[in-house]
Amino acid sequence: MAVYRYPRPASSDITPRRLFFSRRALLGTAVGGVLAGGLNSGMAQADAPVAPSARGCPAAETPTPRDDVTHYNNFYEFGMEKSDPAELSGGFHPRPWQVQVDGLVEHPQVWDLDALNARFGHEDRLYRMRCVEAWSMVIPWQGFELGALLRAAGVKAGAKYVAFTSVVRPSEMPGQRGGLFSLRWPYVEGLRLDEAMHPLTLLATGVYGEALPAQNGAPIRLVVPWKYGFKGIKSITRITVTDQQPPTSWNQMAPDEYGFYANVNPDVDHPRWSQSSEQIIGEGSLFRTARRPTRLFNGYAEQVASLYRGMDLRKDF
Amino acid sequence: MAPPSSGPRRRSRFSPLTRQVFLYLFCLIPAVSDIAQGMANTLGPNPVSVCLHDFGRWAFRFLLISLAVSPLKRFVGLDFMVYRRPLGLLAFSYAALHVVFYVGVARHFDAHVLWKDFTSRPFLTFGLLTFLILLALALTSTRRAIIALGRRWAKLHKLVYVAMILASVHYAIAFKTWHTEPFIYAAIAGVLLSLRLVPKAGKRTV
Repeated sequence: MAVYRYPRPASSDITPRRLFFSRRALLGTAVGGVLAGGLNSGMAQADAPVAPSARGCPAAETPTPRDDVTHYNNFYEFGMEKSDPAELSGGFHPRPWQVQVDGLVEHPQVWDLDALNARFGHEDRLYRMRCVEAWSMVIPWQGFELGALLRAAGVKAGAKYVAFTSVVRPSEMPGQRGGLFSLRWPYVEGLRLDEAMHPLTLLATGVYGEALPAQNGAPIRLVVPWKYGFKGIKSITRITVTDQQPPTSWNQMAPDEYGFYANVNPDVDHPRWSQSSEQIIGEGSLFRTARRPTRLFNGYAEQVASLYRGMDLRKDF
Repeated sequence: MAPPSSGPRRRSRFSPLTRQVFLYLFCLIPAVSDIAQGMANTLGPNPVSVCLHDFGRWAFRFLLISLAVSPLKRFVGLDFMVYRRPLGLLAFSYAALHVVFYVGVARHFDAHVLWKDFTSRPFLTFGLLTFLILLALALTSTRRAIIALGRRWAKLHKLVYVAMILASVHYAIAFKTWHTEPFIYAAIAGVLLSLRLVPKAGKRTV
Protein backbone atom coordinates (compact mmCIF):
# COMPACT_ATOMS: atom_id res chain seq x y z
CA MET A 1 0.00 0.00 0.00
CA ALA A 2 1.41 3.36 -0.97
CA VAL A 3 1.97 5.60 2.00
CA TYR A 4 1.04 9.20 1.52
CA ARG A 5 3.80 11.49 2.72
CA TYR A 6 2.82 14.70 4.36
CA PRO A 7 4.70 17.18 6.54
CA ARG A 8 5.02 15.94 10.07
CA PRO A 9 6.45 17.49 13.17
CA ALA A 10 10.06 16.35 13.57
CA SER A 11 10.11 12.91 15.15
CA SER A 12 12.73 14.06 17.64
CA ASP A 13 10.20 16.56 18.95
CA ILE A 14 7.52 14.03 19.59
CA THR A 15 6.93 13.01 23.15
CA PRO A 16 4.99 9.82 22.73
CA ARG A 17 2.16 8.91 25.05
CA ARG A 18 3.24 5.79 26.86
CA LEU A 19 0.04 3.92 26.07
CA PHE A 20 0.07 4.89 22.44
CA PHE A 21 3.53 3.61 21.78
CA SER A 22 3.45 0.62 24.04
CA ARG A 23 0.56 -0.62 21.92
CA ARG A 24 2.62 -0.02 18.84
CA ALA A 25 5.60 -1.90 20.28
CA LEU A 26 3.34 -4.75 21.27
CA LEU A 27 1.97 -5.06 17.78
CA GLY A 28 5.29 -4.69 16.11
CA THR A 29 5.08 -4.11 12.41
CA ALA A 30 1.89 -6.04 11.85
CA VAL A 31 -0.30 -4.60 9.15
CA GLY A 32 -3.22 -2.71 10.58
CA GLY A 33 -6.40 -4.62 11.13
CA VAL A 34 -9.29 -4.31 13.43
CA LEU A 35 -9.06 -5.67 16.93
CA ALA A 36 -12.24 -6.41 18.76
CA GLY A 37 -13.26 -3.40 20.80
CA GLY A 38 -10.62 -1.02 19.63
CA LEU A 39 -7.99 0.00 17.18
CA ASN A 40 -4.42 -1.01 16.86
CA SER A 41 -1.62 1.01 15.43
CA GLY A 42 0.34 -1.30 13.30
CA MET A 43 1.70 1.07 10.71
CA ALA A 44 5.46 1.08 10.57
CA GLN A 45 6.76 4.59 10.82
CA ALA A 46 8.37 5.78 7.64
CA ASP A 47 11.19 8.23 8.06
CA ALA A 48 9.23 11.30 8.98
CA PRO A 49 10.13 14.33 6.93
CA VAL A 50 10.65 17.35 9.10
CA ALA A 51 7.81 19.82 8.99
CA PRO A 52 8.77 22.87 7.00
CA SER A 53 8.77 25.69 9.50
CA ALA A 54 7.57 29.05 8.35
CA ARG A 55 9.61 32.11 9.06
CA GLY A 56 9.54 33.07 12.72
CA CYS A 57 7.65 29.94 13.60
CA PRO A 58 9.08 27.64 16.25
CA ALA A 59 9.88 24.32 14.65
CA ALA A 60 9.25 22.27 17.76
CA GLU A 61 5.80 20.74 17.75
CA THR A 62 4.75 18.08 20.16
CA PRO A 63 1.44 16.25 20.19
CA THR A 64 -1.03 17.97 22.46
CA PRO A 65 -1.49 15.95 25.67
CA ARG A 66 -4.25 13.37 25.32
CA ASP A 67 -6.28 14.86 28.17
CA ASP A 68 -6.38 18.21 26.42
CA VAL A 69 -7.34 16.65 23.09
CA THR A 70 -10.23 14.85 24.77
CA HIS A 71 -11.35 17.60 27.19
CA TYR A 72 -11.23 20.77 25.12
CA ASN A 73 -13.75 20.27 22.38
CA ASN A 74 -16.22 22.17 20.29
CA PHE A 75 -19.10 19.77 19.77
CA TYR A 76 -22.23 21.88 20.19
CA GLU A 77 -24.45 18.80 20.04
CA PHE A 78 -23.30 18.19 23.61
CA GLY A 79 -23.12 21.82 24.77
CA MET A 80 -21.45 25.11 24.08
CA GLU A 81 -18.67 25.00 26.67
CA LYS A 82 -15.36 23.35 25.80
CA SER A 83 -15.77 20.96 28.73
CA ASP A 84 -19.36 19.99 27.85
CA PRO A 85 -18.61 17.31 25.22
CA ALA A 86 -16.44 15.29 27.60
CA GLU A 87 -18.83 15.78 30.52
CA LEU A 88 -22.17 15.37 28.77
CA SER A 89 -21.51 12.67 26.19
CA GLY A 90 -21.80 9.69 28.57
CA GLY A 91 -25.18 8.71 27.15
CA PHE A 92 -24.05 8.65 23.54
CA HIS A 93 -23.94 5.27 21.79
CA PRO A 94 -21.46 5.20 18.88
CA ARG A 95 -22.16 1.51 18.23
CA PRO A 96 -23.73 0.08 16.21
CA TRP A 97 -23.17 2.68 13.49
CA GLN A 98 -23.95 2.98 9.81
CA VAL A 99 -22.70 5.46 7.25
CA GLN A 100 -24.77 5.96 4.15
CA VAL A 101 -22.79 6.74 1.00
CA ASP A 102 -25.01 7.96 -1.81
CA GLY A 103 -25.61 10.61 -4.44
CA LEU A 104 -23.63 10.67 -7.66
CA VAL A 105 -21.87 7.34 -7.10
CA GLU A 106 -21.91 4.06 -8.96
CA HIS A 107 -22.38 2.00 -5.83
CA PRO A 108 -24.53 3.68 -3.21
CA GLN A 109 -24.24 1.70 -0.02
CA VAL A 110 -24.97 1.77 3.69
CA TRP A 111 -21.74 0.82 5.35
CA ASP A 112 -21.56 -0.68 8.77
CA LEU A 113 -18.69 0.85 10.69
CA ASP A 114 -17.03 -2.53 11.17
CA ALA A 115 -17.22 -3.12 7.42
CA LEU A 116 -15.58 0.26 6.78
CA ASN A 117 -12.78 -0.60 9.21
CA ALA A 118 -12.30 -4.04 7.68
CA ARG A 119 -12.25 -2.69 4.14
CA PHE A 120 -10.14 0.43 4.59
CA GLY A 121 -8.10 -0.26 7.71
CA HIS A 122 -6.37 2.69 9.24
CA GLU A 123 -3.09 4.44 9.48
CA ASP A 124 -1.57 7.01 11.80
CA ARG A 125 -1.71 10.65 10.83
CA LEU A 126 -0.14 13.28 13.03
CA TYR A 127 -1.89 16.50 12.04
CA ARG A 128 -1.95 20.07 13.20
CA MET A 129 -5.45 21.21 14.08
CA ARG A 130 -6.26 24.90 13.88
CA CYS A 131 -9.58 26.01 15.35
CA VAL A 132 -11.30 29.06 13.88
CA GLU A 133 -11.21 30.43 17.45
CA ALA A 134 -7.44 30.94 17.08
CA TRP A 135 -6.15 28.01 19.09
CA SER A 136 -4.36 24.93 17.88
CA MET A 137 -3.38 21.39 18.76
CA VAL A 138 -1.24 18.63 17.25
CA ILE A 139 -3.27 15.43 17.17
CA PRO A 140 -2.31 11.80 16.42
CA TRP A 141 -5.31 10.46 14.50
CA GLN A 142 -5.96 7.02 13.13
CA GLY A 143 -8.16 6.62 10.10
CA PHE A 144 -8.30 6.17 6.35
CA GLU A 145 -8.40 8.52 3.41
CA LEU A 146 -11.84 9.74 2.41
CA GLY A 147 -10.62 9.36 -1.17
CA ALA A 148 -10.35 5.58 -0.73
CA LEU A 149 -14.01 5.36 0.26
CA LEU A 150 -15.08 7.63 -2.61
CA ARG A 151 -13.07 5.60 -5.11
CA ALA A 152 -14.70 2.45 -3.84
CA ALA A 153 -18.10 4.08 -4.24
CA GLY A 154 -17.23 5.14 -7.79
CA VAL A 155 -17.75 8.87 -8.23
CA LYS A 156 -19.86 9.59 -11.32
CA ALA A 157 -19.00 12.16 -13.96
CA GLY A 158 -20.49 15.53 -13.16
CA ALA A 159 -19.91 15.22 -9.41
CA LYS A 160 -18.41 18.39 -7.93
CA TYR A 161 -18.93 18.32 -4.18
CA VAL A 162 -19.24 15.98 -1.23
CA ALA A 163 -21.83 16.70 1.46
CA PHE A 164 -21.61 15.32 4.99
CA THR A 165 -24.35 14.91 7.56
CA SER A 166 -23.91 14.33 11.28
CA VAL A 167 -26.17 12.59 13.73
CA VAL A 168 -29.37 13.85 15.36
CA ARG A 169 -30.10 12.23 18.71
CA PRO A 170 -31.56 14.75 21.12
CA SER A 171 -32.06 12.03 23.72
CA GLU A 172 -28.32 11.34 23.77
CA MET A 173 -27.03 14.80 22.89
CA PRO A 174 -28.12 17.46 25.38
CA GLY A 175 -27.01 20.32 23.12
CA GLN A 176 -29.65 19.28 20.60
CA ARG A 177 -32.46 19.72 23.13
CA GLY A 178 -33.82 23.24 23.16
CA GLY A 179 -30.85 25.41 22.42
CA LEU A 180 -32.94 27.96 20.58
CA PHE A 181 -29.89 30.06 19.80
CA SER A 182 -27.57 27.24 18.80
CA LEU A 183 -26.86 25.72 15.41
CA ARG A 184 -29.49 23.92 13.36
CA TRP A 185 -29.37 20.13 13.46
CA PRO A 186 -28.12 18.00 11.92
CA TYR A 187 -24.71 19.58 11.59
CA VAL A 188 -23.80 19.54 7.92
CA GLU A 189 -20.51 20.14 6.13
CA GLY A 190 -19.14 19.95 2.64
CA LEU A 191 -16.00 19.82 0.55
CA ARG A 192 -15.25 20.35 -3.08
CA LEU A 193 -14.63 16.98 -4.75
CA ASP A 194 -10.91 17.65 -5.27
CA GLU A 195 -10.56 18.60 -1.61
CA ALA A 196 -12.40 15.43 -0.61
CA MET A 197 -10.14 13.30 -2.83
CA HIS A 198 -6.95 14.92 -1.50
CA PRO A 199 -4.76 12.36 0.28
CA LEU A 200 -4.53 14.60 3.37
CA THR A 201 -8.29 14.38 3.89
CA LEU A 202 -8.97 11.75 6.50
CA LEU A 203 -11.91 9.90 7.92
CA ALA A 204 -10.70 9.39 11.46
CA THR A 205 -11.88 6.49 13.55
CA GLY A 206 -9.32 6.78 16.33
CA VAL A 207 -7.17 9.20 18.25
CA TYR A 208 -4.10 8.44 20.35
CA GLY A 209 -4.34 4.80 19.33
CA GLU A 210 -7.83 4.19 20.64
CA ALA A 211 -11.31 4.36 19.18
CA LEU A 212 -12.57 7.96 19.06
CA PRO A 213 -14.17 9.03 22.33
CA ALA A 214 -17.68 10.43 21.94
CA GLN A 215 -16.48 14.00 22.51
CA ASN A 216 -14.05 13.76 19.59
CA GLY A 217 -16.69 12.66 17.12
CA ALA A 218 -17.21 8.94 17.66
CA PRO A 219 -17.23 6.72 15.86
CA ILE A 220 -16.12 8.36 12.59
CA ARG A 221 -15.33 11.96 11.72
CA LEU A 222 -13.75 14.09 9.06
CA VAL A 223 -10.29 15.65 9.47
CA VAL A 224 -9.15 18.26 6.95
CA PRO A 225 -5.94 19.61 8.45
CA TRP A 226 -5.53 22.70 6.23
CA LYS A 227 -9.00 23.96 7.12
CA TYR A 228 -10.45 25.34 10.33
CA GLY A 229 -11.55 22.65 12.74
CA PHE A 230 -15.27 23.21 12.25
CA LYS A 231 -14.98 21.66 8.78
CA GLY A 232 -14.17 18.38 10.53
CA ILE A 233 -17.74 17.17 10.94
CA LYS A 234 -18.12 14.63 13.71
CA SER A 235 -20.19 11.45 14.08
CA ILE A 236 -20.88 11.18 10.36
CA THR A 237 -24.03 9.34 9.26
CA ARG A 238 -24.18 10.23 5.59
CA ILE A 239 -21.78 11.13 2.79
CA THR A 240 -23.44 12.36 -0.39
CA VAL A 241 -21.64 13.09 -3.64
CA THR A 242 -23.37 15.95 -5.44
CA ASP A 243 -23.06 18.53 -8.19
CA GLN A 244 -24.27 21.39 -5.99
CA GLN A 245 -22.27 23.23 -3.33
CA PRO A 246 -23.79 21.84 -0.15
CA PRO A 247 -24.90 24.02 2.76
CA THR A 248 -22.57 24.06 5.78
CA SER A 249 -23.71 24.66 9.34
CA TRP A 250 -21.51 27.55 10.47
CA ASN A 251 -21.89 29.28 7.14
CA GLN A 252 -25.66 29.15 7.59
CA MET A 253 -25.28 30.53 11.10
CA ALA A 254 -23.09 33.49 10.14
CA PRO A 255 -22.14 33.67 6.44
CA ASP A 256 -19.91 36.72 6.95
CA GLU A 257 -17.86 34.92 9.60
CA TYR A 258 -17.55 31.37 8.26
CA GLY A 259 -17.04 30.67 4.60
CA PHE A 260 -17.59 27.43 2.71
CA TYR A 261 -13.86 26.93 2.19
CA ALA A 262 -12.68 27.89 5.69
CA ASN A 263 -9.05 27.42 4.71
CA VAL A 264 -6.66 28.42 7.48
CA ASN A 265 -5.38 31.84 6.46
CA PRO A 266 -3.51 34.27 8.72
CA ASP A 267 -4.31 37.16 6.38
CA VAL A 268 -8.08 36.82 6.48
CA ASP A 269 -9.28 37.75 9.95
CA HIS A 270 -12.46 36.56 11.52
CA PRO A 271 -14.58 39.71 11.88
CA ARG A 272 -14.29 39.47 15.65
CA TRP A 273 -10.70 38.35 16.12
CA SER A 274 -7.36 38.15 14.41
CA GLN A 275 -6.34 34.92 12.70
CA SER A 276 -2.69 35.98 12.43
CA SER A 277 -1.58 33.85 15.36
CA GLU A 278 -2.86 30.98 17.46
CA GLN A 279 -2.76 29.86 21.06
CA ILE A 280 -1.09 26.48 21.49
CA ILE A 281 -3.29 24.41 23.80
CA GLY A 282 -1.37 22.43 26.38
CA GLU A 283 1.55 24.84 26.48
CA GLY A 284 2.25 28.14 28.17
CA SER A 285 1.34 29.22 31.68
CA LEU A 286 -1.43 31.07 33.45
CA PHE A 287 0.53 34.27 33.03
CA ARG A 288 1.58 33.86 29.45
CA THR A 289 -0.17 31.80 26.81
CA ALA A 290 1.94 30.00 24.23
CA ARG A 291 1.30 31.52 20.81
CA ARG A 292 2.74 31.11 17.38
CA PRO A 293 2.09 32.69 14.00
CA THR A 294 -0.60 30.95 11.99
CA ARG A 295 0.52 29.61 8.62
CA LEU A 296 -1.35 29.71 5.34
CA PHE A 297 -3.25 26.43 4.91
CA ASN A 298 -2.10 25.58 8.43
CA GLY A 299 1.37 24.78 7.13
CA TYR A 300 0.14 22.41 4.41
CA ALA A 301 0.46 24.93 1.56
CA GLU A 302 2.92 22.74 -0.32
CA GLN A 303 0.34 19.96 -0.47
CA VAL A 304 -2.87 21.91 -1.08
CA ALA A 305 -2.15 25.41 -2.41
CA SER A 306 -2.51 24.14 -5.99
CA LEU A 307 -6.19 23.34 -5.32
CA TYR A 308 -6.89 27.04 -5.00
CA ARG A 309 -4.76 28.46 -7.78
CA GLY A 310 -6.36 31.52 -9.29
CA MET A 311 -8.89 31.91 -6.49
CA ASP A 312 -9.24 35.04 -4.38
CA LEU A 313 -8.83 33.61 -0.89
CA ARG A 314 -10.26 36.79 0.64
CA LYS A 315 -13.45 36.41 -1.30
CA ASP A 316 -13.66 32.62 -1.05
CA PHE A 317 -12.62 32.47 2.59
CA MET B 1 -31.81 34.80 69.63
CA ALA B 2 -32.61 37.90 67.67
CA PRO B 3 -33.69 40.91 69.68
CA PRO B 4 -37.05 42.43 68.78
CA SER B 5 -36.45 44.49 65.70
CA SER B 6 -38.43 47.56 66.58
CA GLY B 7 -36.60 50.82 66.58
CA PRO B 8 -33.57 51.76 64.54
CA ARG B 9 -31.24 49.16 63.03
CA ARG B 10 -28.74 47.84 65.42
CA ARG B 11 -25.40 49.41 64.83
CA SER B 12 -22.62 47.17 63.74
CA ARG B 13 -19.71 46.58 66.02
CA PHE B 14 -17.42 47.49 63.14
CA SER B 15 -16.89 50.86 61.53
CA PRO B 16 -18.27 51.39 58.00
CA LEU B 17 -14.73 51.44 56.61
CA THR B 18 -13.89 48.11 58.24
CA ARG B 19 -17.05 46.58 56.82
CA GLN B 20 -16.33 47.99 53.37
CA VAL B 21 -12.79 46.66 53.35
CA PHE B 22 -13.97 43.30 54.62
CA LEU B 23 -16.61 43.00 51.89
CA TYR B 24 -14.10 43.99 49.24
CA LEU B 25 -11.52 41.44 50.33
CA PHE B 26 -14.13 38.71 50.77
CA CYS B 27 -15.41 39.26 47.26
CA LEU B 28 -11.94 38.86 45.81
CA ILE B 29 -12.08 35.16 46.72
CA PRO B 30 -13.21 34.08 43.21
CA ALA B 31 -10.20 35.83 41.70
CA VAL B 32 -7.78 34.32 44.20
CA SER B 33 -9.36 30.92 43.70
CA ASP B 34 -9.09 31.09 39.89
CA ILE B 35 -5.49 32.23 39.98
CA ALA B 36 -4.53 29.61 42.57
CA GLN B 37 -6.19 26.85 40.54
CA GLY B 38 -4.66 28.17 37.37
CA MET B 39 -1.21 28.07 38.92
CA ALA B 40 -1.89 24.55 40.20
CA ASN B 41 -2.98 23.69 36.65
CA THR B 42 -6.40 22.40 37.64
CA LEU B 43 -8.47 24.69 35.41
CA GLY B 44 -8.37 22.41 32.38
CA PRO B 45 -6.64 22.71 29.02
CA ASN B 46 -7.00 26.49 28.68
CA PRO B 47 -6.69 28.10 32.13
CA VAL B 48 -6.13 31.58 30.69
CA SER B 49 -9.44 31.53 28.91
CA VAL B 50 -11.22 30.28 32.04
CA CYS B 51 -9.76 33.13 34.12
CA LEU B 52 -10.40 35.70 31.42
CA HIS B 53 -14.07 34.79 31.12
CA ASP B 54 -14.64 34.28 34.85
CA PHE B 55 -13.22 37.73 35.59
CA GLY B 56 -15.44 39.28 32.96
CA ARG B 57 -18.54 37.60 34.39
CA TRP B 58 -17.65 38.67 37.94
CA ALA B 59 -17.16 42.24 36.78
CA PHE B 60 -20.64 42.11 35.26
CA ARG B 61 -22.13 40.60 38.42
CA PHE B 62 -20.66 43.25 40.68
CA LEU B 63 -21.82 45.97 38.34
CA LEU B 64 -25.33 44.53 38.61
CA ILE B 65 -25.13 44.26 42.41
CA SER B 66 -23.83 47.80 42.78
CA LEU B 67 -26.71 49.02 40.63
CA ALA B 68 -29.17 47.13 42.82
CA VAL B 69 -28.20 49.09 45.94
CA SER B 70 -30.25 52.22 45.37
CA PRO B 71 -33.41 50.44 44.10
CA LEU B 72 -33.22 48.18 47.15
CA LYS B 73 -33.25 51.23 49.36
CA ARG B 74 -35.92 53.06 47.44
CA PHE B 75 -38.36 50.24 46.75
CA VAL B 76 -37.63 47.66 49.45
CA GLY B 77 -36.29 49.81 52.25
CA LEU B 78 -33.06 47.87 52.63
CA ASP B 79 -30.13 50.17 53.06
CA PHE B 80 -26.81 48.84 51.81
CA MET B 81 -25.56 52.24 50.72
CA VAL B 82 -22.41 51.83 52.76
CA TYR B 83 -21.43 48.93 50.49
CA ARG B 84 -22.05 50.62 47.18
CA ARG B 85 -18.54 51.98 46.80
CA PRO B 86 -16.72 48.68 47.46
CA LEU B 87 -19.19 46.93 45.13
CA GLY B 88 -18.41 49.43 42.39
CA LEU B 89 -14.70 49.03 43.04
CA LEU B 90 -15.10 45.26 42.83
CA ALA B 91 -16.72 45.62 39.42
CA PHE B 92 -13.79 47.78 38.38
CA SER B 93 -11.21 45.39 39.87
CA TYR B 94 -12.59 42.36 38.06
CA ALA B 95 -12.89 44.37 34.85
CA ALA B 96 -9.24 45.38 35.28
CA LEU B 97 -8.19 41.75 35.78
CA HIS B 98 -10.28 40.83 32.72
CA VAL B 99 -8.52 43.49 30.63
CA VAL B 100 -5.05 42.65 31.94
CA PHE B 101 -5.59 38.97 31.10
CA TYR B 102 -6.76 39.85 27.63
CA VAL B 103 -4.14 42.46 26.80
CA GLY B 104 -1.16 40.95 28.57
CA VAL B 105 -1.63 37.22 29.05
CA ALA B 106 -3.69 36.36 25.97
CA ARG B 107 -2.44 38.98 23.48
CA HIS B 108 1.12 39.42 24.81
CA PHE B 109 0.74 43.25 24.69
CA ASP B 110 0.90 43.02 20.90
CA ALA B 111 0.13 46.66 20.07
CA HIS B 112 -0.62 45.95 16.43
CA VAL B 113 -3.16 43.23 17.18
CA LEU B 114 -4.69 45.17 20.08
CA TRP B 115 -5.12 48.32 18.04
CA LYS B 116 -6.97 46.38 15.39
CA ASP B 117 -8.97 44.55 18.07
CA PHE B 118 -10.17 47.67 19.80
CA THR B 119 -10.79 49.77 16.71
CA SER B 120 -12.34 47.29 14.33
CA ARG B 121 -14.06 44.64 16.44
CA PRO B 122 -17.27 46.00 17.94
CA PHE B 123 -17.47 43.60 20.89
CA LEU B 124 -13.98 44.61 21.98
CA THR B 125 -14.69 48.30 21.41
CA PHE B 126 -17.74 47.98 23.66
CA GLY B 127 -15.64 46.18 26.24
CA LEU B 128 -12.89 48.76 26.20
CA LEU B 129 -15.34 51.66 26.53
CA THR B 130 -16.97 49.92 29.49
CA PHE B 131 -13.60 49.55 31.13
CA LEU B 132 -12.63 53.19 30.52
CA ILE B 133 -15.85 54.35 32.18
CA LEU B 134 -15.28 52.07 35.17
CA LEU B 135 -11.72 53.35 35.38
CA ALA B 136 -12.91 56.97 35.47
CA LEU B 137 -15.48 56.12 38.12
CA ALA B 138 -12.94 54.22 40.23
CA LEU B 139 -10.45 57.11 40.05
CA THR B 140 -13.14 59.55 41.22
CA SER B 141 -14.46 57.32 43.97
CA THR B 142 -12.42 58.94 46.73
CA ARG B 143 -13.88 61.33 49.26
CA ARG B 144 -11.51 63.98 47.98
CA ALA B 145 -12.78 63.57 44.41
CA ILE B 146 -16.38 63.69 45.55
CA ILE B 147 -15.78 66.98 47.32
CA ALA B 148 -13.70 68.41 44.48
CA LEU B 149 -16.23 67.54 41.79
CA GLY B 150 -19.24 68.60 43.83
CA ARG B 151 -22.42 68.54 41.79
CA ARG B 152 -20.58 67.24 38.71
CA TRP B 153 -19.66 64.06 40.59
CA ALA B 154 -23.21 62.74 40.54
CA LYS B 155 -23.47 63.56 36.85
CA LEU B 156 -20.20 61.81 36.08
CA HIS B 157 -21.20 58.72 37.99
CA LYS B 158 -24.42 58.45 36.01
CA LEU B 159 -22.04 57.08 33.36
CA VAL B 160 -22.35 53.78 35.18
CA TYR B 161 -25.67 53.35 33.36
CA VAL B 162 -23.88 53.71 30.05
CA ALA B 163 -21.26 51.22 31.23
CA MET B 164 -24.00 48.75 32.10
CA ILE B 165 -25.50 48.99 28.61
CA LEU B 166 -22.09 48.72 26.90
CA ALA B 167 -21.16 45.72 29.02
CA SER B 168 -24.44 44.00 28.16
CA VAL B 169 -23.77 44.40 24.44
CA HIS B 170 -20.12 43.35 24.84
CA TYR B 171 -21.13 40.13 26.57
CA ALA B 172 -24.03 39.33 24.24
CA ILE B 173 -22.03 39.56 21.01
CA ALA B 174 -18.82 37.96 22.29
CA PHE B 175 -19.75 34.40 21.29
CA LYS B 176 -19.89 32.46 18.05
CA THR B 177 -23.58 31.79 18.62
CA TRP B 178 -26.15 33.42 20.86
CA HIS B 179 -25.75 32.16 24.40
CA THR B 180 -28.52 32.30 26.99
CA GLU B 181 -26.49 33.62 29.91
CA PRO B 182 -25.66 37.07 28.45
CA PHE B 183 -29.35 37.65 27.83
CA ILE B 184 -30.25 36.79 31.41
CA TYR B 185 -27.60 39.25 32.59
CA ALA B 186 -28.82 41.88 30.14
CA ALA B 187 -32.40 41.37 31.29
CA ILE B 188 -31.41 41.96 34.92
CA ALA B 189 -29.46 45.04 33.83
CA GLY B 190 -32.53 46.23 31.93
CA VAL B 191 -34.73 45.90 35.01
CA LEU B 192 -32.22 47.70 37.22
CA LEU B 193 -31.85 50.53 34.72
CA SER B 194 -35.57 50.92 34.09
CA LEU B 195 -36.21 51.22 37.83
CA ARG B 196 -34.34 54.52 37.53
CA LEU B 197 -37.09 55.73 35.22
CA VAL B 198 -39.83 55.28 37.80
CA PRO B 199 -40.85 58.83 38.70
CA LYS B 200 -40.16 59.80 42.26
CA ALA B 201 -43.23 60.68 44.33
CA GLY B 202 -43.37 64.28 45.47
CA LYS B 203 -40.29 66.46 45.62
CA ARG B 204 -38.03 64.23 47.63
CA THR B 205 -34.38 65.03 47.42
CA VAL B 206 -31.98 62.12 47.10
